[in-house]
Amino acid sequence: MKLTLRVWRQKNADAEGAMSTYEVDDISPDMSFLEMLDVLNEQLILAGEEPVAFDHDCREGICGACSLVINGDAHGPERTTTCQLHMRSFRDGDTIDIEPWRASAFPVIKDLVVDRSAFDRIIQAGGYITAPTGSAPEAHATPVPKADADFAFEHAECIGCGACVAACPNGAAMLFTSAKVNHLNVLPQGAPERETRVLDMVARMDAEGFGGCTLTGECATACPKGIPLMSITSMNKEWLRATRKAGKR
Amino acid sequence: MTTYADYATGTPVTDTKAPAGPIHERWDKRRFEAKLVNPANRRKHTVIVVGTGLAGGSAGATLAEQGYRVVQFCYQDSPRRAHSIAAQGGINAAKNYRNDGDSIHRLFYDTVKGGDFRARESNVHRLAQISVEIIDQCVAQGVPFAREYGGLLDTRSFGGVQVSRTFYARGQTGQQLLLGAYQALSRQIAAGNVEMHPRTEMLDLIVVDGRARGIVARDLITGKIDTYFADAVVLASGGYGNVFYLSTNAMNSNATAVWRAHRRGAYFANPCFTQIHPTCIPRTGDHQSKLTLMSESLRNDGRIWVPKAQGDTRPPNEIPEDERDYYLERIYPSFGNLVPRDIASRAAKNVCDEGRGVGPGGQGVYLDFADAIRRMGRKAVEARYGNLFDMYQRITDEDPYEVPMRIYPAVHYTMGGLWVDYDLQTTIPGLFAIGEANFSDHGANRLGASALMQGLADGYFVLPATINDYLARNPHQDPVTDAHPVVQEVLAETEDRINLLLAVDGDRTPDSFHRELGELMWEFCGMARSDTGLRKALERIPQIREEFWRRIKVPGSGEEFNQSLEKANRIVDYLELAELMCLDALHRTESCGGHFREESQTPDGEAARKDDAFSYAAAWEFTGTGEAPVLHREDLVFEYVHPTQRSYA
Repeated sequence: MKLTLRVWRQKNADAEGAMSTYEVDDISPDMSFLEMLDVLNEQLILAGEEPVAFDHDCREGICGACSLVINGDAHGPERTTTCQLHMRSFRDGDTIDIEPWRASAFPVIKDLVVDRSAFDRIIQAGGYITAPTGSAPEAHATPVPKADADFAFEHAECIGCGACVAACPNGAAMLFTSAKVNHLNVLPQGAPERETRVLDMVARMDAEGFGGCTLTGECATACPKGIPLMSITSMNKEWLRATRKAGKR
Repeated sequence: MTTYADYATGTPVTDTKAPAGPIHERWDKRRFEAKLVNPANRRKHTVIVVGTGLAGGSAGATLAEQGYRVVQFCYQDSPRRAHSIAAQGGINAAKNYRNDGDSIHRLFYDTVKGGDFRARESNVHRLAQISVEIIDQCVAQGVPFAREYGGLLDTRSFGGVQVSRTFYARGQTGQQLLLGAYQALSRQIAAGNVEMHPRTEMLDLIVVDGRARGIVARDLITGKIDTYFADAVVLASGGYGNVFYLSTNAMNSNATAVWRAHRRGAYFANPCFTQIHPTCIPRTGDHQSKLTLMSESLRNDGRIWVPKAQGDTRPPNEIPEDERDYYLERIYPSFGNLVPRDIASRAAKNVCDEGRGVGPGGQGVYLDFADAIRRMGRKAVEARYGNLFDMYQRITDEDPYEVPMRIYPAVHYTMGGLWVDYDLQTTIPGLFAIGEANFSDHGANRLGASALMQGLADGYFVLPATINDYLARNPHQDPVTDAHPVVQEVLAETEDRINLLLAVDGDRTPDSFHRELGELMWEFCGMARSDTGLRKALERIPQIREEFWRRIKVPGSGEEFNQSLEKANRIVDYLELAELMCLDALHRTESCGGHFREESQTPDGEAARKDDAFSYAAAWEFTGTGEAPVLHREDLVFEYVHPTQRSYA
C-alpha cells in the first residue's frame, strides 16, 4: 500500500504546530497503525529529519499510552486502541490525517504526545479504596453478588487513554471519571468512601479544566473498552445522592 | 589474549541471610529478627523506588503508608501504564477454596519443581505463604476478581499444576491488580508521602562509600539530567526480555536500571534463564515490532495440534481427526495441554522443525477450540475467553470461533535478574531489587500466574519488612549532594554517553541495531542453545557494539523530548547484557527449565539437568565492558523438595 500522511508536527508545548505531509510506500495490510508510523520514522531518521513523536508502549491495547486522532476519530475508524488498529482498515492510495488528542486539559508536549496527568490527579482525588497493606480481612469474609462484581469489572476495564475526552465536543472527562466512581462505589469495600469519592473526583475533574457533559455520547462511541454511556448517568445519581446526604448533615 | 568467555571464578556466595530452622518458620523468624524503625523516625528516611509496576507500585504505596518519604520514578506518562498491566491470566494463591488438595506446601513444591530446581527454597516457601495475604489485600482494595453466583471468588487451573488456585479478572488480571496498586499509590501521592516523577528514566546509580545513595535520571520531556538522593534505592524496573527486540514486553520496557546497577557492583544472576511463552500470535512479517501473547489459560480448554504429515497445506477444517497430531496430549498424557511453558514451547519448536508447522513460514501450531465449543457451548467459551478471541481476531483477521488459532512461542519473561539475598538486597548495600528485576523465586522457569504473585509479594509484604532492617541499622548516613566527587563523576559519565550518542551522526537507526541484536539472540540464545551457536554470538556481539558506536544516528538534541535518544541509550545496555546472557548460557552446559542446551538432552529429547555440576545460581560480577566477568556461585540446598528429573508425562 502507498499512503499519504498528514501529521501534526509541533516542536514543543510552546511552539506553533502545523500539519506536515509525508509519503509512505510498501505498507502491508497486516501492519498495525503504529508499525506503519515506525516505517515513516525510520525513513525520516535516515533522511536526517526528526521522527514523529507519539506515545505507545504495550502495543496490545491495554496500557492506554497510544493516543492518536486518525481522520478525525480518536483511535481511528475501528472501535479499538490505535495500537490494535491495522492497515487493512485503510485502502491503497488513502490520505490519512494524524493528530494528537485535542483538549485544553491535555496540552501537547510534542507532535502527537499530550500531557494526560490530569487523569492521575482525578484518581488521586478519590479513585481508590483506603486499605493499607496488611489491614485486609479474609477475602471470603465479604461475598459480592456476581451482578455487582460484573458491574464493577465492566467499569474497571477503563485504560485511561483519554479517547473519551478527545472525542467529546466539550472536552469532558465524565466517562473516565464515572468509570472509576462506578467500579469502586458498587463494591461493599468501596461503600465507606462512597460519597466523598464521587464529590472529590468530580470537583477535581472540574478544576482540571475539562468541559461540561451534554450527553452527546461521542465518548462511549470512541471508548476502545466499551465503557457504556450509562456510566455517566450512574455517576450523576451517585453525585446527587452524595450531595443530598451532605446537605442533610 | 583472554577473551570475554575466559571468566574467572570468584568466592562463592555463602550467606543468603535466610534464617535456619523449619522452612515454614523462617519468614516469621526473619521478620522478628529484623530491626524496626521507630514510626516517628521513618519520615526522616527517603527511599527511591524505580518503576511502578506491581512490585514498584505496591512497594511505593506500602513504604509511604509506613511513613517513609518515597521518591518514585517511571518512564511512562503515568504510573498506571507499567507493563504488569498486560498480564492476562491470573494470580496464584494457596487458598484451597476449591478443597482440591491445595496448600502452601503444594504451591511451594510446584514452584520449586516448575523452576526445575534452580530457585532458593526459603524464598519460594515465603512466596507461597504470602500468596494468601495478597488475595485478601487486593480484594480489600476493590480489585474486581471473577466471582461465582454465590458471591465468592472463582478460580481456575493454570499450566504446570493440577489444582485450581489461580484467581483472575477475565483476561485482564494484571490490569486490575496494577490499578489496585496504582490507586493505593495515588492515595499516597495525594497525601504528599510519595513524590512521583513520571516520564523520568533512571540512567545510573549513585554509590557512595559502598552504599546505594541515589540515582541519576533524565526528564524525558525536557531532557534535563538530574540527581536524586536517598537512604536506600529500590529497583522495580522489570525484566530484560526486550534484548530480543521481538518479545511480549512493552516497547519501552528496558534493562538500563538493572544493567547500570550491575556496572556499579550489583551481581547479575542467571541471565540466561529466559522464558519463551508458548501461546503467542505468530509474526506476520519483517515489520513486526512486538509480539502479542494470548493467555495460556487458553490451554485449559483449547487443544494444541499440527498435521501428522509434513507440509500439509490443507485448511485446518479439512484435515480429518485421524490425520491430526495432538502432540502434547500424546507425549504428556497426564498433563496434556497443561505442561509447563518451557516444555510446551520446545515441543512447538520441534514439530515446526520437523516441517509440520502451520501458517506463514510454517512457524505456528493450532490451538483449537472446536471441542470446547461443542462441549460448553459458544456462550461459555465467550464468557471465559471472549476478550482474547477478540484480540486474536483483530490482529490476525481470522475468527477463532470458526478457525483454530495459530500460536507460536515468543520471549515473555526473564527469570534471571539482579542477585538478591533473602531480604531482596543486592550485593550493593542499600540497593534492593524486587519483582521481575531480581532473580529470586522462579529458578529456571516460571509457572503461569506466578509473576503477579511475586511482584505483589515483594512489594506489599517482603521489601517493606526487610528494608526496615537496613534503615534501622544505618540510621544516620552522611548527606550526599551534587558536590560529592562520586556524584560529579557519575553525572559526567551519563552526560558524556548522551552527548556521544548524539555526536556520532552515522547512517543506521537505533531500531536497526536493536533488530540485528535481537535476531542474533533469538537464533543463538533463544529456545535452544549450543556451544557453537553461543560462541558465534559472543564473537558477533562486540562487533555489533563497535559498529553501533561508529554508525548510530540519533536526530535532535538531548535537551528535548527525544524518543530516538531514549531508544539508542537503552540499546547501549542491551549490547552489553546480551553478551553476559550468552556467556551464562555457554557456561551452563546443562539443560534446565527455559535454558535448553542441545548437548544436554535425554535420548527422547527432553531436557537433561546436571545437578552434580550445576545446582547453583550463577551470580556474575562486572569487570568492564567486553571484559571477562567473575562468576560467584550460590549453591542451592534442597531440604524439602528433592530434585528429580521433572516429569510431566
